Amino acid sequence: MISLNINQKPYQVDVDPNMPLLWVIRDVIGLTGTKYGCGVAQCGACTVHLNGEAVRSCVTKVSRANGQKIVTIEGLSENNDHPLQLTWQKIDVPQCGYCHSGQIMSAAVLLRENPNPTDKDIDEAMSGNICRCGTYLRIRKGIHMAAEMQKTHTIS
Amino acid sequence: MKQQSETKWHLLFPLKTMIAMAVILLAISMTFAFRSRTQIAGNTKSDNAINTDSVESVKAFMQVYKVLMSPACMNCHPAGDAPLQGLDGHPHTMNVKRGKDGTGLYAVKCSNCHQPQNTPGLHTPPGSPDWQLPPENMKMIFQGRTPHQLALQLMNYNQNGHKNKVQLIAHARTALVKKGWDLGEGRIQPPMSYSAFVSVWDEWINKGGYAPGK
Repeated sequence: MISLNINQKPYQVDVDPNMPLLWVIRDVIGLTGTKYGCGVAQCGACTVHLNGEAVRSCVTKVSRANGQKIVTIEGLSENNDHPLQLTWQKIDVPQCGYCHSGQIMSAAVLLRENPNPTDKDIDEAMSGNICRCGTYLRIRKGIHMAAEMQKTHTIS
Repeated sequence: MKQQSETKWHLLFPLKTMIAMAVILLAISMTFAFRSRTQIAGNTKSDNAINTDSVESVKAFMQVYKVLMSPACMNCHPAGDAPLQGLDGHPHTMNVKRGKDGTGLYAVKCSNCHQPQNTPGLHTPPGSPDWQLPPENMKMIFQGRTPHQLALQLMNYNQNGHKNKVQLIAHARTALVKKGWDLGEGRIQPPMSYSAFVSVWDEWINKGGYAPGK
């Protein structure tokens, strides 16, 4: 039995310890906001926070997450009002949207560690998240706007 | 007569002074020569061991050098601030950066993809619990180093991660170094076995840790 804390809720799951965390989140727990992209840590669609770090859940064994804190896109804020979620909506950052839960989870780590990122900082933080629609310029703009917003905004 | 004797004494005094100074200078130069040699060889008391052999030590290091310059080792000891990938040592995809402590930056930290163990599958991310680059303040660069430069760097306490000889020998036994021979499917191992590497590594250090000539 593996103990997980996902979005501040405790879960006990009876799964193979080698099962990717992504499968547990999506298929066992039922939180489908996190997406499967490549399955080999190359695209970033499956990014979730493990103890605050933006890990690739497709290659992270659930055993690594045993007893740890996980945050998925569903738990980034209680009312979908994280500055990144608000700016993503405001300027329509996504096109197809498939990669964007991963994009937002990566960007959230950036803004936590660097509240005033430059374009270079954003490129360095986000280059591991691929968007086949090519929304990179809007992603960058959305992060800049969120950086401004979070100076006054309180996340629920 | 007395005056003559005093004159001889005054003539002798500079000669004695000169001899004394020569002895002192010789002693100082020998001390510095000895210290210089031990600095090359390391920083521990065992540096004074009598089993040193510069020829054998250098010969062993040239074997060590082949391993350290192979992609399995060098790709994480780059000259720049991006790790390298592949047999051709191209910059790591995803614009990965070293970061202050060598573990990456922001959402692109090493352990976000590199797990405590290898990920199954061809060319998937290799893994180890302490997967990282050397830190920003001590980059321990292998890429582009000549055998002479790399040997001196590895033996320099202030450039090798603050390791003395005993710690250097222990370092070859760490999981991260062993990982060079277990990087997962699709990767070529260093040009000798792990046990052979440890053997020449130890020999290089135990025989004095000498650097090849320039």
